[in-house]
Amino acid sequence: MNETLRLNAYRWMTLTRTFDETMVAMWKQGRGIGGTFSERGHEAVSVGAGMALGPDDVVAPMHRDLGTYLLRGMTPERIFGNLLGRQMGVSGGRDANLHGLGDLDLNIIGFISHIPQAIPTALGAAMAFRYRDEPRVAMTFVGDGGSCSGAFHESLNMAALYNAPFVLIIENNQYAYSTPLSQEMKIADIAGRLPGYGLAATTVDGNDVEAVYAATTDAVERARSGGGPSVIEARTMRMLGHAIHDGAQYVPEALLAEWESRDPVRMFRTRLIKGGVPAEDLDALDQAAATEIAAAVRVAEAAPLPDPESVGEGVFA
Amino acid sequence: MSDNFGFSDAPQHAPEDRTLTYLEAITEALFVEMDRDEDVLVMGEDVGGDFGGAFNATKGLAAKFGDRRVINTPIAELSFTGMANGMALMGLRPVVEMQFADFISSGFDSIVQFAATSHYRGIGKVPWVIRAPSDGGIRSGPFHSQNPEAWFVHTPGLKVVAPSTPADAKGLLAAAIRDDNPVIYFEAKPLYRSIKGDVPGGEHVSEIGKAAVRRSGTDVTVIAYGTQVHTALDAAERVAADGIDVAVLDLRTLKPLDTEAILEAAIKTGKVVVVHAANRMVGVGAEVASLIAEEAFESLDAPIIRIGGLDTPVPFSPPLEDAYRPSAGKIESAIRKLADY
Ligand SMILES: Cc1ncc(C[n+]2csc(CCOP(=O)(O)OP(=O)(O)O)c2C)c(N)n1
Ligand SMILES: [Mg+2]
Repeated sequence: MNETLRLNAYRWMTLTRTFDETMVAMWKQGRGIGGTFSERGHEAVSVGAGMALGPDDVVAPMHRDLGTYLLRGMTPERIFGNLLGRQMGVSGGRDANLHGLGDLDLNIIGFISHIPQAIPTALGAAMAFRYRDEPRVAMTFVGDGGSCSGAFHESLNMAALYNAPFVLIIENNQYAYSTPLSQEMKIADIAGRLPGYGLAATTVDGNDVEAVYAATTDAVERARSGGGPSVIEARTMRMLGHAIHDGAQYVPEALLAEWESRDPVRMFRTRLIKGGVPAEDLDALDQAAATEIAAAVRVAEAAPLPDPESVGEGVFA
Repeated sequence: MSDNFGFSDAPQHAPEDRTLTYLEAITEALFVEMDRDEDVLVMGEDVGGDFGGAFNATKGLAAKFGDRRVINTPIAELSFTGMANGMALMGLRPVVEMQFADFISSGFDSIVQFAATSHYRGIGKVPWVIRAPSDGGIRSGPFHSQNPEAWFVHTPGLKVVAPSTPADAKGLLAAAIRDDNPVIYFEAKPLYRSIKGDVPGGEHVSEIGKAAVRRSGTDVTVIAYGTQVHTALDAAERVAADGIDVAVLDLRTLKPLDTEAILEAAIKTGKVVVVHAANRMVGVGAEVASLIAEEAFESLDAPIIRIGGLDTPVPFSPPLEDAYRPSAGKIESAIRKLADY
């Protein structure tokens, strides 16, 4: 990354972290509706991978990819509006929490809970680009848990078979809800499965935004130039519970401490400062993020809930 | 058996105090049935270890019965449900937990194609149970609020139960485990901790296929199941002050339907409201209403009213979800309309 990209990456990471911390605090205070998911620990993945895409590329993020939504232009206001069930929220109060954040104008395909439906869907978008000979790429994300389900394997077989302009980021965060990786699969190296499908696969440090960006940029360029699909396994850690209600007592303290010492936002900040970026410049970005998020929460909380009379609207196109 | 069934942090009950929550009753059924029959085992996402599932229904089972009988699975509904088919053909009685009823669709082939048809085709008996935490009203959005029972009631070869009380939560789960057919057990998650009731200790089995009168009355009959039994009882209470005497029939089993009890309840008042939280379109209520129309037309004094979810996905936002769902108010209006008819 050059200097501009690095500052940009920091800006999105601090915005993502601030959003997340604000959201978690609000839900703990009882200012939320229903549940929600924290992406704490995933900032480098969602920002690094998201930044590798061009505006015409399509992405189908999942529940821990807040950074990807934000950097593609989905405003914090609209996302908080969704979390709070507001009419001005992304899904107009239809879908919950970080689900239903779809906006095709931003080339974002919203996901559904059912894991891993985003994979075949994003593959379909890639197939549409291939069919129309458009220089566009489709990217999506899946968890370690989602990588165990059938559609992951079916889709990756097809992605290779059709040489689709497709990129998959596996967010290996060590857990699927309460289940540690060792109880999800016999192996520890998910990317290692993929050459068997004829796919290019690499593993990156998911807490290093520049590493994620570099690997994803390669994959996106390969896909765009007709070189076919690839998969990137980003190793990271889910730092809070599965969802807001989950205290995650099943995660060993030592494991969390180890990853906390490699916090993606702090690690990147330290690197930037070492590289000569004045700390005040980063503080200014943190401050701007805090201001933007506070304003977004104010707008979303003040916004009206949907009219119950409208409940039937939108079922059909 | 210890009186807390091996729970570490579940509330303790004195041996004579048999008041349990709906969720505790489910857990108790699993403990009792696994104790009774070593062919019974439990399988699903996050059900193992100390965690005991997304709702803690299987908490304590792994500690007592070990991970050979409490199998923590990856996210693979189609295949672990398919595994349950094979285990069941080999004589085991797996109890599969879907993390939410909404995810049952990911295992559809294993259920509606393999399991449902196996006995008819002469392959053999498939005595599994799928526990499906269903229903909404708790702001969980379109994918954690569904009531997909009609898919399975529509499928020949499956039995479907839907308890509304803690006693039935235990008794119907035990019955489902002992039944030689695949049984889908819809447990209403809004009831998990919101209702308590007397639950017989030890082995307790409710008969599959039997409805129960939860309130007798002479003016209007409300037929419901799951959460809506409670909503119907609320509505009955509201109109009682105005001298409208409402009967409430709890179906308990959706397949096979207790046609006798349904017809008897309908004939007794001649005015019927059918309620469920699932969307109304081609729901179980349609079957109940047509049964009454076909078999008891002469005894009806008014058209049958069906109340259910709207024909939309389950919306998240509170005003939308409230508009979507049945409520005591909606049932009350239907009762009053029929009473005045
Ligand atoms: C088909 C299906 N089954 C079950 C679930 C419930 N569920 C939601 S997230 C989750 C764990 C996901 O783990 P992983 O894929 O590793 O993603 P992470 O949450 O760790 O980011 C489960 C079991 C689901 N969403 N979809
Ligand atoms: Mg995971």
